[in-house]
Amino acid sequence: MRGELTALLAAVVDTLGGGPQPDLLEARQMQALSLGVHIPLVCFGIAFPAMFLFVEGLYLRTGDATYKALAKRWSKVALILFAVGVVTGTILSFEFGLLWPEFMATFGGVFGVAFGLEGISFFVEAIFMAIYVYGWDRLGPRAHLLCGVPIVISGFAGSFNVIAVNGWMNDPEGFDVVDGRVVDPRPFDALINTHLWHELIHMYLAGYIVAGFLVAGVYAFAWRRGRRDRYHRTGLVVALSFACLAAPVQVVIGDWAARTVADTQPVKLAAFEGLARTQAGAPFTIGGIFDEDEQRVRYGIEVPKLLSLLSEHDPDARVTGLDAVPPEDRPPVNVVRFAFQTMVGIGTGLALLGAVFVATWLRRRRLPRSAWFYRAVMAAGPLSIVALISGWITTEVGRQPWVVYGVMRTEQAVTAADGLEVGYAVLVAVYVSLAAGVLWLLRRLAGQPPQTEVSEPVAAD
Amino acid sequence: MAELCLGLVMLGIAAYAVLGSADFGAGLWDLTAGGDARGGRLRGMVQRSMSPVWEANHVWLIFVLVIAWTAFPVAFASVFSNLSIPLFLAAIGIIFRGAAFALRGQAATIREARVLGALFASASVLIPFCLGAVLGAIASGRVEVGNAVADPFGVWLNPTSVLAGLVGIVTGAHLAAVYLTVDSRRAGLEDLERAFRARALASGVLAGSVALAGLLVVRADAPELYAGLTSGAGLGCVLASAAAGVATLALVAGGRPAPARATAAAAVVAVVAGWAFAQRPYLLPPALTLEQAAAADATLAAVLIGIGIGLVVLVPSLVLLYRLVLRGVLDQGFEPLDQRFKPLSAADDRDPPR
Repeated sequence: MRGELTALLAAVVDTLGGGPQPDLLEARQMQALSLGVHIPLVCFGIAFPAMFLFVEGLYLRTGDATYKALAKRWSKVALILFAVGVVTGTILSFEFGLLWPEFMATFGGVFGVAFGLEGISFFVEAIFMAIYVYGWDRLGPRAHLLCGVPIVISGFAGSFNVIAVNGWMNDPEGFDVVDGRVVDPRPFDALINTHLWHELIHMYLAGYIVAGFLVAGVYAFAWRRGRRDRYHRTGLVVALSFACLAAPVQVVIGDWAARTVADTQPVKLAAFEGLARTQAGAPFTIGGIFDEDEQRVRYGIEVPKLLSLLSEHDPDARVTGLDAVPPEDRPPVNVVRFAFQTMVGIGTGLALLGAVFVATWLRRRRLPRSAWFYRAVMAAGPLSIVALISGWITTEVGRQPWVVYGVMRTEQAVTAADGLEVGYAVLVAVYVSLAAGVLWLLRRLAGQPPQTEVSEPVAAD
Repeated sequence: MAELCLGLVMLGIAAYAVLGSADFGAGLWDLTAGGDARGGRLRGMVQRSMSPVWEANHVWLIFVLVIAWTAFPVAFASVFSNLSIPLFLAAIGIIFRGAAFALRGQAATIREARVLGALFASASVLIPFCLGAVLGAIASGRVEVGNAVADPFGVWLNPTSVLAGLVGIVTGAHLAAVYLTVDSRRAGLEDLERAFRARALASGVLAGSVALAGLLVVRADAPELYAGLTSGAGLGCVLASAAAGVATLALVAGGRPAPARATAAAAVVAVVAGWAFAQRPYLLPPALTLEQAAAADATLAAVLIGIGIGLVVLVPSLVLLYRLVLRGVLDQGFEPLDQRFKPLSAADDRDPPR
């Protein structure tokens, strides 16, 4: 692996012929901000359709209008979030060109096909989202339910393609470099890369965890306020079931992801852990700060041999440290490490919460009664977003200083345009007002009684 | 294969110009509808007509971007880095347009609807201007190959770009007025049908005049483009567009707006095609020909295979959506915007206009 890595180091030249590129930091911040706004919306795109289709299925089986009211309400919320996701996703595609023209000019022909397929998926998703939401009571019940199925499938296909590109950036393949030029692109090799599968499943489950806990949190709040009728109970149980089933599985997928990173990006894994030296029987350090001068973690709790055990499933395995590459090729350790530990910490907590819910349901066939459980569910939604963003910081900042791992540096990819700080300030203001507007109107929607959704009576028990 | 990939890009641009720009035009009519009470009915119709389709219409833009950056990566990167200002403004406009429109559907007070409506509608004017200016910059040969090498303002604030921006706004307004005339007639709202018919005629005359005056601007500012538009296939497209435009006006004036939708769309498609013919063989005149800009054959083949398979799913889906929309199956109950802030409320369910 190391030989291959050094062979590729700084292997490409700028296709467009770079001039001075003054605003790298602003460009990275803008991209990170835009992704940070878009990714939580993606979670709803992934998970919400499956949730409202499940509830609509309950309505078709029982004929109880309560389920219909809930499915309809959820589909309306999903449409608002989808619309916001459409526009924030558009911003991302603009930013690829606006902020990273050298990256696009050099590699667009290698990884672009995945985005072409993503464009098609997104199209199908938008079409059936509209038919579904505007088709309530206009289409036959079965036809309406069927129109929801393509939303779920195209949501998965969209994730597949976008994650394929991210996986490729982390483990680039499907092209050759000759004299600094990218030649012989093999787009389908780039599409199906070694990082695709674990990243895809990790993100897909994260979608269910984030959307599930956030929605469940709303109904847990209502539950604590005494609104425990069938409408609110169904909302709570369905959302919580999706999240609580996904959360424990995520631990296993996370382990798989970390072991793949250990294999293909050992320096990134070393940054996760703050492991300075390559060593056998490497310890795992919880908490603390990585001291760049002394090249070690201070104030942390060290568990001997645990890192070797976790990353290779062997307590005496040799783990690559940061010293495997020169300092200029290492990611900023503290940012990556803090994000990684935040994700793992919250993820473990969510898995425990999920286990409590599933165990109570299986053994007692009822919801947990402790007020603390409902408080934890309310906290789990926002915390899951923190974990989600932390996870993306882990993988994206952990890839630095490379935009295409081992091949193109981020500083080579950026635009030569000046004045990005103006754009950055505008973008911050726009996203803040967007978030405020969306939250305000979702609260308004939540305040409307379920009966406004359907003409048939909604159960009051 | 480069031609086929360019064909896909042009298909996307034409579809966006026919469908997406009509949504922007609807925003213009929303903006100019007048006060709450006077404009309420017009705005209600705009909200009702756009709601089910604007997201799908918007995706054509994404379709263009993803194919362009895959099949013509150097051209894509040069366009985006050299035209970063209008494209950034368009991006900001896209956020406001889409989000404000979606949120207005859930607004509960007239004040909320007013603020969101103003945002949605003014962004609907900004976006076609900026995107038109970008196309004008490309067509007039101002985009050089390189990472942000052009004058950041002059590249899009020039006669041809400003003209293309105005054409974008006016044709969108015209298309929207024609489509909304049909929708109003289907809903049996005669006052709105009259209002939109008047707007369709006025904007159609204006669009034609801007286009004719624009030819003079292009002759002075971009002689190469002018030569392409006044000879061969380019000239054929310009004439076809003019004929379709006149036919549209005649049909609308004669009270037959339904077939006018097709002729109005044809006029716009002909302009897009004429532009493509006029700058042949260049993708970025005069710096980059289509052949020079094209990615490797393996990439082009992958795009054609991938998008080709995708179209097998996409085309029937689009047909289904537009069939439902044009038959009125997805129509929501009409209510003037100043009296109605919940387009999906149960009130519609009790009174479905089938």
